[in-house]
Amino acid sequence: MCGIVGLFAKSRDIDERLGVHLAAMLGQMSDRGPDSAGVAIYRDPAPSGSSKLTLHSADPREDWAALGAELEGAFGGSPEPTRRASHAVVVVEAEAADVEAWVRADRPDLRVMSAGRVIEIYKETGSPREFVREFALDELRGTHALGHTRMATESRVTTEGSHPFSTGLDLCLVHNGSLSNHNRLRERLRREGVDFQTENDTEVAAGYLAWRLREGASLEEALEGCLADLDGFYTFAVGTADGFAVLRDPIACKPAVLAETDDWVAMGSEWRALAVLPGAADAEKWEPQPGVVYVWEKAAVA
Amino acid sequence: MTAVAAREAAVEVVDLESSTLRELNQRLHDLTREPGPTGWRVLNPNGAHAVACGIDAEAEVEIEGHVGYYCAGMNKRATVLVRGNAGPGLAENMISGLVLVQGNASQSAGASGRGGLLVIQGDASSRCGISMKGIDIVVGGSVGHMCAFMAQTGRLVVCGDALDALGDSIYEARLYVRGSVAGLGADCVEKELRPEHLDELAALLARAGVAAAPADFRRYGSARQLYNFHVDHAGSY
Repeated sequence: MCGIVGLFAKSRDIDERLGVHLAAMLGQMSDRGPDSAGVAIYRDPAPSGSSKLTLHSADPREDWAALGAELEGAFGGSPEPTRRASHAVVVVEAEAADVEAWVRADRPDLRVMSAGRVIEIYKETGSPREFVREFALDELRGTHALGHTRMATESRVTTEGSHPFSTGLDLCLVHNGSLSNHNRLRERLRREGVDFQTENDTEVAAGYLAWRLREGASLEEALEGCLADLDGFYTFAVGTADGFAVLRDPIACKPAVLAETDDWVAMGSEWRALAVLPGAADAEKWEPQPGVVYVWEKAAVA
Repeated sequence: MTAVAAREAAVEVVDLESSTLRELNQRLHDLTREPGPTGWRVLNPNGAHAVACGIDAEAEVEIEGHVGYYCAGMNKRATVLVRGNAGPGLAENMISGLVLVQGNASQSAGASGRGGLLVIQGDASSRCGISMKGIDIVVGGSVGHMCAFMAQTGRLVVCGDALDALGDSIYEARLYVRGSVAGLGADCVEKELRPEHLDELAALLARAGVAAAPADFRRYGSARQLYNFHVDHAGSY
């Protein structure tokens, strides 16, 4: 099953309460995905020349301040990780790729959940309502966000197997559905140099998008490529630095609803997820067509 | 007390923000065994699943807002009106009565319906009338792909357009579409619109309260080539 939600703020009011709305939407999707939950939230851009990473530690007593000192030693500046449950966000005066490479080499016990300038990804096993509380989503402001509640079908229930999946700098993917050609596609992508951490099908879709984007495709082109290259069921929501995109497979068994007001654009697996937003009753609402890429970006919406 | 006021007073109002869905459905189910209010108004459905599902009574239920999956499923005798949109599986396996949605319906509306009338004033999504077995469905707007897939009997009327694979693997249902059809499914063909079809279409449109001229529609149905296995066609199955 799984539940997915997306919210794009068009007004300052929604910006300021993005976390509150996102938490409410995720709560509504709890029974579609009780195994794990996650969000990607776009907020507080790192200064030019710096990058922002979200890291995960399996150790509940992780000394994040010590990590800050280690990063300072490697990259200078004064990086100060901000802890949020099992995760921490840190801004470093360096290229994201260099920091990621450093984490992999020097701190292999940590996992990079997201990298870029604006994205933060938090995800954890357990019930979505618990997740919302533990990560204090309510207090987060931001411009837009995606969320996911998982009912696992294709692979184990782990933090790494939870959504959203990072698909590159400031990019992420959430998925409702299941892919059937992920094993072969994973092998093909590995030969192209794409790295995979899990046996999860959605990670392959994320890797596919990352690869297509790296090869020069636009987001629309990369998503349209999914129609030809991915076999299975999917409603995808993709987050970018400026907005988000939605795509359903041509058979379109997996549900999706879109709605828009003057203050926000939102997507959800069901109307329940959107009904909690302010002004939802008067929103324009529709079901996205199968095989059609929908994109909202700041420039396009403003 | 005027007649209107008396009727208003007889309407039972259930607010799903203060009552549980289970309470509502149980009270509606109780009508099968013992008499109770015939008029019901449901407030704040907010996309809840299975609202007014499984009624078997002469009740009239008005739902003020959008509903989620399986609204009015298995409906028997009751009239269910939704002032909003409906999620997947609307009026699934309906037996009799009337289900009317003023907005749009998501996929699989009227799936496997046995009887009664389902009216969707807006658009219906994919797989509307899938495996229909006697239900009549009137859609005021357009429908998605794979509608009336494996339809066995009943009538599907679409006042707008139909997307791809209409009537795929159809048995004996009759399909009427006023707008364009993106593509017909396997064994579904256009058929002549004879006077008896114009008559049944006029009656269906009247019952659904939809103003449309029967002569503007085209009729589709089964070519009856998939009924039996033909060994000569083995390569094309």
